Amino acid sequence: MSNANPLLDVSGLTKHFPIKGGFPIRRTVGAVQAVDGLDFSVAEGESLGLVGESGCGKSTTGRLITRLLEPTGGKISYRGKDITHAGRKQLAPIRSEIQMIFQDPYASLNPRQTVGKIISGPMEINGIEPTGGREKRVRELLEIVGLNPEHYNRFPHEFSGGQRQRIGVARALALEPKLIVADEPVSALDVSIQAQVVNLLQQVQKDLGIAFVFIAHDLAIVRHFSQRVAVMYLGKIVEIADRDDLYGNPRHPYTRALLSAVPEATADDVPARERILLKGDVPSPINPPSGCRFRTRCWKATDKCASEAPPLVQVEGNKPGHLTACHYPETDGTVPAPRLSKDPQAAA
Amino acid sequence: MTPPTPSAAAPLEVTDETVEKSITSPAPKATESRSPGQLAWRRFKRDRTGFTSACIVIFFFVIAITAPLIAKLYGKNPYTQYGQDAPIGTLLNDAGFPIKPNGGIDGDFWFGVEPSMGRDVFTFLLYGIRTSLMIATVTTILVTVIGVVVGITAGYLGGRTDYFVSRVIDIVLSFPSTLFFIAFTPVVYGLFYAADEEIPAWARGVCLIVLLTAFGWASIARLLRGQVLALREREFVEAAKVTGASPARIIFKELLPNLWTPILIQSTLALPAFVTAEAGLAFLGVGIQDPTPDWGVMIQRGAQFYTDDITFMIFPGVSMIIFVLAFNLLGDSVRDALDPKSKR
Repeated sequence: MSNANPLLDVSGLTKHFPIKGGFPIRRTVGAVQAVDGLDFSVAEGESLGLVGESGCGKSTTGRLITRLLEPTGGKISYRGKDITHAGRKQLAPIRSEIQMIFQDPYASLNPRQTVGKIISGPMEINGIEPTGGREKRVRELLEIVGLNPEHYNRFPHEFSGGQRQRIGVARALALEPKLIVADEPVSALDVSIQAQVVNLLQQVQKDLGIAFVFIAHDLAIVRHFSQRVAVMYLGKIVEIADRDDLYGNPRHPYTRALLSAVPEATADDVPARERILLKGDVPSPINPPSGCRFRTRCWKATDKCASEAPPLVQVEGNKPGHLTACHYPETDGTVPAPRLSKDPQAAA
Repeated sequence: MTPPTPSAAAPLEVTDETVEKSITSPAPKATESRSPGQLAWRRFKRDRTGFTSACIVIFFFVIAITAPLIAKLYGKNPYTQYGQDAPIGTLLNDAGFPIKPNGGIDGDFWFGVEPSMGRDVFTFLLYGIRTSLMIATVTTILVTVIGVVVGITAGYLGGRTDYFVSRVIDIVLSFPSTLFFIAFTPVVYGLFYAADEEIPAWARGVCLIVLLTAFGWASIARLLRGQVLALREREFVEAAKVTGASPARIIFKELLPNLWTPILIQSTLALPAFVTAEAGLAFLGVGIQDPTPDWGVMIQRGAQFYTDDITFMIFPGVSMIIFVLAFNLLGDSVRDALDPKSKR
């Protein structure tokens, strides 16, 4: 938001999945409100982390940005160009600039194609002919992601999960994108491999200046990777701020609860920090609570929370760019934030 | 979000016990890399049943294709009534049965002489196999092509198209096809030929192919629809979409290579079924008819004489059993080779 001319700008983004039912004539009887009115922007070269618990709409958001899903409402613009409802042909020039890394490295690579074909596929589709030929470029990419270029003719089944995810990263890099949406790129991997892949992505971000939308549920990894972090709850962003601001001064009760839930290794003589235990389950996105969506589990909820949805604004005491959607933001300085090391391996 | 378990991730993926085993064997280099197809071929070569079956099936196709050549070298044809042309008492007796024992087998007539008509059994069988295999092969190809196109279209497009196509498949599959063949074949002929006109053999063949195809495509289409429904949700399809791939590219480059396994298995199992179906229809009198040489026609003729001359029945019967058995075993082996996880 601080940047006047962002790379990606999303406003009021909404996605409702219709629920069909009835016999004999099927009709829409309801909707899963997976994503409901998101506003955020990503500056060039910036990494935005998107965190939240399962089912809060993180992945849906990622698929909306890459236009794998058709938004129900709102607006997505890339470099000022509206791509909300652009068709395949209209998207073609932008396709090469927005790429995606998928969660499951076992499903995201076609088992019948060689690594060379998988990585050169995007170039083929977009008619890109790099100097020295596509094969040379693929070998370069394999080297960038830390794989042996000799693996060009191998098939995905010959690789481990971490290596496969590197192939996925190489495929995303093949088109020299400006923005990569990484949908839980490490949650399917072994903890020891997670660090490798995250460090690879970080290096890629630094060296090539690629902006990231980094979707994850692991707060430690997001803290390690992202400059800005957005916290989602039930299809809405409840808090968005710079990394240190969010982790150091969380204002939304949900953010606070989330941060307090991060496990930490403490010595016996150190008093354990306070943990906020949320009661109940996440409400159904088919029928979300009125007003503030978090009110059913919030310890500060009042009648105002039920009747009035809090806007995502810079509440009193926030630094610029730190937006919180809460009527009664937390104020005290006693932050139950975890003592996180910079190393995701230690925290995970 | 699917839970990323490796086992659930790739039902069609060819994993390799072969590679692991071959590492211990002396020959292969460590850097050598094999495609799923090469792995399947290696597994298939090790399968003795499959390999023998393949040899038998290839043998049948070779003799079917080269039938005119063999007949020329052998010096007889399937139409001449040798038994009737020769003076009575030399090949056939007064009752029309071969004089020599075992259906008249001798140096001139390797498989004997047909009772009553007196045709040569060897060339008749060769040409019969030729006719039957030609009809079954063409039907299988048509059925596979139509089934693949319809199945992939329904599965990929989904929605209303899928609903409509699926109901059509349900109707076709619930039809009593054999009854339909018997009842409607004469009607079809009636549309094109007057009652007193001779129906040419090719017209009967075309009619058979069309009818068998009309009822055969539905099962393969349904199978592929299901496969595509499962595949199109996989992330590699989304990955292709993100890079801007056209639907045609996704279908042909991403989905189809993953569908060769079910397509190959289905078509190898369908062909022997069409051979028997075609023979059955010929036997019932609605398919190919005498004097056109055909497996089913031969069995039908044999059924008239088998109480007195079993030999004439044995040749088409046994050869068909061998062929159908070998082809079915081949189909099983192909499936095992392509899909090592399906343990029986």
